[in-house]
Amino acid sequence: MKTKNTGKKKAAATNHNHAVHLLRSMIRIRRLEDKCAELYTTTKIRGFMHLYDGEEAIAVGVLEALTQDDAIVATYREHGHALIRGLSAGSILAEMYGKQEGCSRGRGGSMHLFDDKLRFYGGNAIVGGGLPIAVGLALADKMQQKKRVTCCFFGDGAVAEGEFHESMNLAALWKLPVLFVCENNLYAMGTALKYSQSNMDLAGKAASYDVASVAVDGMDVLAVEAAAQKATEVIRFKGEPFFLECQTYRFRAHSMYDAELYRTKAEVDEWKKRCPIATFTQRLKNEGLLSDADLEKIEGDVAQEINEAVAFAEACTWEPLEDLTRFVYSERRMS
Amino acid sequence: MTNDVMQKLTYREAVREAIREAMKKDDRVFLMGEDVGRYGGCFAVSKGLLEDFGPTRIRDTPLSESGFVGAGIGAALGGMRPIVEVMTVNFSLLAADQIINNAAAYLHMSGGLFNVPIVIRMATGGGRQLAAQHSRSLEGWYAHIPGIKVLSPATVEDARGMLWTALEDPDPVLIFENAGLYNMEGMLPPDIGPVDIDKARIRREGKDISIISYSASLFKSLDAAEILAKEGIEAEVIDLRTLRPLDETTFLDSVARTHRALIVDEGWRSGSISAEISSRIMESAFYELDAPVERLCSAEVPLPYARHLEEAALPQVNKIAALVKKMVGTHG
Ligand SMILES: Cc1ncc(C[n+]2csc(CCOP(=O)(O)OP(=O)(O)O)c2C)c(N)n1
Ligand SMILES: [Mg+2]
Repeated sequence: MKTKNTGKKKAAATNHNHAVHLLRSMIRIRRLEDKCAELYTTTKIRGFMHLYDGEEAIAVGVLEALTQDDAIVATYREHGHALIRGLSAGSILAEMYGKQEGCSRGRGGSMHLFDDKLRFYGGNAIVGGGLPIAVGLALADKMQQKKRVTCCFFGDGAVAEGEFHESMNLAALWKLPVLFVCENNLYAMGTALKYSQSNMDLAGKAASYDVASVAVDGMDVLAVEAAAQKATEVIRFKGEPFFLECQTYRFRAHSMYDAELYRTKAEVDEWKKRCPIATFTQRLKNEGLLSDADLEKIEGDVAQEINEAVAFAEACTWEPLEDLTRFVYSERRMS
Repeated sequence: MTNDVMQKLTYREAVREAIREAMKKDDRVFLMGEDVGRYGGCFAVSKGLLEDFGPTRIRDTPLSESGFVGAGIGAALGGMRPIVEVMTVNFSLLAADQIINNAAAYLHMSGGLFNVPIVIRMATGGGRQLAAQHSRSLEGWYAHIPGIKVLSPATVEDARGMLWTALEDPDPVLIFENAGLYNMEGMLPPDIGPVDIDKARIRREGKDISIISYSASLFKSLDAAEILAKEGIEAEVIDLRTLRPLDETTFLDSVARTHRALIVDEGWRSGSISAEISSRIMESAFYELDAPVERLCSAEVPLPYARHLEEAALPQVNKIAALVKKMVGTHG
């Protein structure tokens, strides 16, 4: 009886801690993106920048299912993935400032965040371009008998690219441990899915290549997490690819240069009711897993993290011009 | 080294032996591409390797140039040393995204974090009546791209020796094998080792003119030099070997001795590697010149099928010889 009670309490505490952790992770992304938008308007950040608002549950839920050994290949809309993977907000912001302390030394910017120790293989700004890379990383693991997963994020737009189809076929044909995560936010820039796909069943397309596939509510972090856990279990057990379609919506414009002529405000507002952060917050409150004090603490901590990151980026330095042509070829030989 | 210990090898066999040796030396090395295994390679380069190394390391791929070249890049990032064979340069255009946007850019975009140690081999060149879509010479065009190295082995020795050096390179290396050379024979010592991939070579010395060339055009240039020698003109013939990075020292030094330069290139003339070489001579050896730099390139057409038209479109020995005579005769 006593043991059972403790067990229950423990489980509840774990639930609570885990739930708060998920919520905190999503809020970290949202606040980082808010700050990025603000810094963009003050021209601290330039270039193309794509924000992730509305889609946070995907990066957070999926990355929960990965270990530090696994690899990640992402797209140009990857601030959130990088942050949750463990890149510091400071190194991400410094990168967008173009500073040499940025995670890619200011050579990549918003669309090309990298970290070798975290096996974060970028920020790829060619739609579909990361999928074959993920296939190859998984091939290397398989050939080296390393039991790792390569997780590849891409948008619904990428599904129309040849590289998507080539990659599905290769991963299935060679039985490679890749988790393909399609962030289906219904639009590729201004082109709605219905104007780009003859058949909008994206999970079905993957299935046609004999890739196990599942579609999940991408606005529900627990659903994403559970689906990703299951997917990675299958991948690790069978050594075969898995396709996870996360149905979601982007709340902000495609990039900072988008007049959003292709969708109505009503549609956006309708989706905002399903905001993954707001709905999860409410759910936790309803279940008694989150107090106002908890929430305040999260917001306080995150605000501090972001403020420190901005201060860090501001204080970072510019790479000297003499170094312009570095990193075109390696400076070290290798064995 | 005496002749009896020398080995007679075709260019094709030289590439095959280079692959075989690399596979034996380093188990991270594997070969993948269309028909490299069961078919034996579309130019029979990899014939027999499947039997020796098995289908995991001699890996047949579907017709997915972008997919498997990208997979090669990923595998290189993941710790392997892939040799990716693209049947011909013509088809590499379907993988241009992966080669240019990923392989060539990864190191720089990541601020030095991720290098891509991949070798991509492909056949190149025209002259076999295969018409426009199978006859391109785009190695000079690839040489435009910072971040990759572009090798153009002409000799059997280089076909044998460049691969290992390329595999040891931390960055992406493209190797262009002119399909017309695969049957060419050469004599190699059995203990032939890797060769450098950063220096051009003078294949024939001469004092009257520098003919700068590479790949199959090298042999046309050498044949022309032979003819010219009988007429008292001594042409120096340079084999560039590597188109990026370009070893300009070798050809600039040569021009400083001969005071004339002719570039022979199967690529087109406009916006080409021949234009690049010519520019560098202008920039660095202008005052050494006794005559304007000349170029003999392919005619600006997609290569036609008909034999007489194709021959007319490509640089040929007689044209090289005639142009040299004009250059040597009319100036200085
Ligand atoms: C190959 C390629 N074509 C076009 C573009 C320009 N472009 C950038 S993002 C984008 C839309 C991609 O949509 P999706 O894959 O759904 O991702 P999302 O932006 O919605 O996250 C386009 C067309 C590109 N970067 N790459
Ligand atoms: Mg989209």
